[in-house]
Amino acid sequence: MTEPATETRAPTGQPLFTGSDWGYRDVMRVYDAVAEIAHGELGLDTYPNQIEVIDSEQMLDAYASMGLPLFYRHWSFGKHFAHDEMLYRKGYTGLAYEIVINSKPCISYIMEENTLTMQTLVLAHAAFGHNHFFKNNRLFREWTDADGILDYLDFAKGFVTECEEHYGVQAVERVLDAAHALMTQGVHRYPKPRSRSLREERDREIERIRYEEQTYNDLWRTVPGDPEDPLGDEDDPVAARRQRLGLPEENLLYFLEKRAPRLEHWQRELLRIVRNIAQYFYPQKQTKVMNEGCATAVHYYVMNRLHERGQLTDGAFLECLHNHTNVVFQPGFDDRRFSSINPYALGFAILQDLQRMATEPTEEDRRWFPGIAGSGDWVGLWHEAWREFRDESFILQFLSPKVIRDFRLFRLHDEAASPELVVDAIHDEAGYRDIRRSLAQRHDIAHLEPDIQVVDVDLTGDRKLILEHRITDGVTLERSDAFAVLRHLANLWGYGVKLYEVNPVTERAVNEYPEVDPASPVA
Amino acid sequence: MVNIIDRRRNPKGKSLANRQRFLRRAKRQVLDAVNEASSKRKVADVAGGEQITIPTDGLHEPTFRKSADSGVREHVLPGNKEYVVGDTIPRPEEGSGGGSREGSPSGEGEDEFTFALSRDEFLDLFFEGLELPDLVKRQVKRSDQYTLQRAGFSVSGSPSSLNVERTMRNSLSRRIALQRPKGEELRELDEEIDRLERSGAEPERLRELIELRRSKRERTRSIPYIDPVDIRHNRYEQVRQPASQAVMFCLMDVSGSMTEEMKDLAKRFFMLLYLFLERRYRYVDLVFIRHTHIAQEVDEDTFFYSRETGGTLVSPALEMMREIVEARYPVGDWNIYGAQASDGDNTPADNPATTRLMQRSILPLCQYFAYIEVGSGQAVHLTSDLWRAYERLAEGESPLAMRRVRTRSDIFPVFRDLFTPAELKA
Repeated sequence: MTEPATETRAPTGQPLFTGSDWGYRDVMRVYDAVAEIAHGELGLDTYPNQIEVIDSEQMLDAYASMGLPLFYRHWSFGKHFAHDEMLYRKGYTGLAYEIVINSKPCISYIMEENTLTMQTLVLAHAAFGHNHFFKNNRLFREWTDADGILDYLDFAKGFVTECEEHYGVQAVERVLDAAHALMTQGVHRYPKPRSRSLREERDREIERIRYEEQTYNDLWRTVPGDPEDPLGDEDDPVAARRQRLGLPEENLLYFLEKRAPRLEHWQRELLRIVRNIAQYFYPQKQTKVMNEGCATAVHYYVMNRLHERGQLTDGAFLECLHNHTNVVFQPGFDDRRFSSINPYALGFAILQDLQRMATEPTEEDRRWFPGIAGSGDWVGLWHEAWREFRDESFILQFLSPKVIRDFRLFRLHDEAASPELVVDAIHDEAGYRDIRRSLAQRHDIAHLEPDIQVVDVDLTGDRKLILEHRITDGVTLERSDAFAVLRHLANLWGYGVKLYEVNPVTERAVNEYPEVDPASPVA
Repeated sequence: MVNIIDRRRNPKGKSLANRQRFLRRAKRQVLDAVNEASSKRKVADVAGGEQITIPTDGLHEPTFRKSADSGVREHVLPGNKEYVVGDTIPRPEEGSGGGSREGSPSGEGEDEFTFALSRDEFLDLFFEGLELPDLVKRQVKRSDQYTLQRAGFSVSGSPSSLNVERTMRNSLSRRIALQRPKGEELRELDEEIDRLERSGAEPERLRELIELRRSKRERTRSIPYIDPVDIRHNRYEQVRQPASQAVMFCLMDVSGSMTEEMKDLAKRFFMLLYLFLERRYRYVDLVFIRHTHIAQEVDEDTFFYSRETGGTLVSPALEMMREIVEARYPVGDWNIYGAQASDGDNTPADNPATTRLMQRSILPLCQYFAYIEVGSGQAVHLTSDLWRAYERLAEGESPLAMRRVRTRSDIFPVFRDLFTPAELKA
C-alpha cells in the first residue's frame, strides 16, 4: 500500500463539496480526487476517460441501442425504446446512473440529475472500475478492439443507411431481422488459428516438397496402403466436403456470410456487421459478475477512502452508502423482488471476501484457500482475478464457504418430468462444492446458450443445410421460437434447412424438425 | 487525461427513426388498437395521447433458446431459510420466481406489448389514408404563411420604422420637464435686447438680459431637442397567417323520434369530423343547428343534451344554414362543411323544398356535405323519406355523401369510407 506518499499531496480534512448541485469544476475536482485513490492506492490501469453528461431521454436512447453511442437503425430498437420509455414515464423503473462503453477513450455517460455525491460514486464505478476491467481482462483484450469500436459503429451505421437508400428499408430490414435472430449463434467461442497468408502458404508448400525429397525412400512404395484410412478422401465424399467447408461450424452467421449461395455482397456485409457486434459483446456476457463486482468494489473502496480522508462529508457518505446498499441488495428466492442472483452482489461479495481472507484469514480459509489465506496482498489478488478470469472460472476458483453461507445458497435439482423439485445441496460442508460447481455452470455462457452447429451441406447437390443442436442435460429447444429462427435461416440460406437435436453421448438424434424451406428468400 | 462533454444540447429524438420503423412494422396491430379505442372510449378522450396494448405477432424477436419444460437442470438460489438436503418443493407456478425464468430474454410478457402513442401519432393513424375531397379549393395550402403585424413600439429598430409621433411626444415631455428654453422665448429675448441696444436706454436691464440669454442658450445646447432616449420605433411581429379556415355546420334532428342512443352516434360522428378538420385547417369554426319543425342555432351543450319535441321538417335547418353562411362566412374566405345526422324522418310534404334547397343553395356552397342516417340496431330499415330524397342528389360529382350507421363500432369505418379519396377506393 502506498498510502502515505499520496496522503501528503491530498488536501485532507477539506470536504470536496458540501451541496448536491454540481458544475464542471466540481466534477473535475472530484475526478482528480477519485483518480488519486484509484491509481495511487488500488493501482488501477485505465484507458483515458471521457465523461459525457446526458439527460433521461438520451439515456433511454442509449438503452434502446444496446448501450452503444451510435448504432444503425432497426425497428426492434424502436420497440425497446417505446417499452422502456413507458415503464420509465409511469414510474415502474428508474434509469441507470451511468452507462459505460468499452472503447478508447472509455466513454461514461452520467445522468444530469445525479447529485454530486452520486457523480463521485459513478465516476469511481464506471470511469475507474469498469474502465480498468475493460482494459485488463483477458477476454476483452483478446476479443474486442477498444480502439476501433467507435469507428466501426460509425461505419456500420453509415453502411446500413446506404443500403436502405439503395435497396429499400424493407429489404435491409429482412436481412437484419434474420441476422438478429441468429445473433447468439454469431460468435466464435474459441480463437481460430490465424489463416495463413498466400506467401506463407507457398513457403509451407515448398518446404513440404523439399522435406519429401530429402526423406525419400523407395521402400515405402512397397508397404501396402491402409484401406481403412479415413483421410483417403475420395472414399468418403461426405467427410471430404465437410472438411473443405470447415464443418462443423458453430458460428452460423459466419458460415452464412462465407457460404450462403445466393446472398448479395451487401447482404453478406450486413451479416458481418451483426456478427462483429455480437462478438464485441461476447466478453461482456461472460463477465457480468466480475465486471460489476470490480466496479462496485472499486467505488466502495474509493468512497470509503474519501470519507476517511475527510474529503467526503458524513451526509454525502451516508447517501453513498444508501445507494451502494441498494445496488448490492440480494433478495431471497421467495421474495417478490427476486429475479435472479444479482451480479453486483455476488461479484462484490466474492471480492470483499478475498480481501478478508488475505488479511484476516480463519481456520476454514486456510483449509480451503491455502494460497490466499493470510497472503496480505489483496490488491494484487484482485488484479490477478480481474486480469485472468471470467464469471464461470472466477466463481469456481474463489467462491468461499463463507460467501455461500452469507447468501444462504442452496441447490435445486429440477427434472422437467417430475412434479417436484428436490433440494440436493445447502450451505453445509457436504454442499459447498456442489453449489459452487453449479453456480459456476449457471454463469457459463456456453452452458446457457444452446450449442448449434452446421454439420453438413452438399453444395453441388440439393444444397440442404443440416444443423445439429447438441443437447446438454436433455434440454431441447423452445419449439415455436426455433421454427421462427429456422425460417429466418432458410431465407438467408436460400434453400432448405433441417435441424436435428442430437444427444452428444449416443450421437443419436432425439428430435427432428421438419425441413424448413425458404418462404421468401432475401436474395 | 479526462474530457467532460455536455451532450444534453445534442439533437433529441435520436431514436425517432427507430420508432417510425417500429410503428410501420406494427401498423396493423396499432390500427386495430386505435380502432377499438375509438369505439370504446368517451368522445372527449379520442384525441388524447394513448397507451395502447398490441399483440406481439410480427414483433417477436425469436432466438434459439432452451425450453423450460424439458431435461434436467440445477438452480442455485439465495435465501435458504429452512430447507435441508432431501426436501422437495412443489413446482412453482409459471412466473412466480421459482428460478426457471431465463426463458424470455427481453424480460417482457410474451403475448402483449404495451407502449404509449403520442397524440399526433394516434391521430395520424386514426386518419391514416383519409383525404378531404377537393382540398385544392381556394386557400387550402399546407405551408404556413407569415405576415408582419404591428405589435407596439420598441426603442431600437431601423430608421425606416421610426415612429415620429411617439418620438416627438417623448421629446416634448422631456423638454418640458427639463425646462429647455423654447425657440420662441429666445427669439423674443433677442428682439428685446436688440431694441434696448438700439435705444441705449436701461443699460442695467440690457446686461441682465444678455446674461439671461447666455444662460438660456447654454441650456439649449446642453439639452438636445431630440435625445436618443426619445426615439421610438414601430415594432412588428411575424404572425402566422391562417393557411386556411373552415366552418363546420352540424345539423341534427332532435325531434322525439331521435333516441339518446341515436344522438350519441351522431355526436361521435361530429366529433370525428371535427378532429379531422382540425388537422387540416388552422381554424375550424363550429355551428350547431338543431331542428324539429323549426330550426335553431344553439351552443354545443344544448345541441347534444337538451330535448325538444315537435314535428320534423328539414328544410328550415337548411334555410338557416344558408342564411348563416351569407351573414358570417363569405364563401371566398371559408371552406364550408356540412354534416347532418337524422333518423331519416321528414314530413313528406317537405321533401320537394328540401331537395330544392340542397340542390340550389347548400351543395354549391359546400366543400362537402355528409349525411348520416342513424338507426337503432333492431329496426328493419326501409328506405326513409329523406334518404330517398337525397339519393338523387348524391349522384354524379356531387359533394354529398351519405351513409347509414347502426352501432358505435360502425362509426369509424363509415367515417373512413366517407373521406377515402376516390382513387384509393378503386
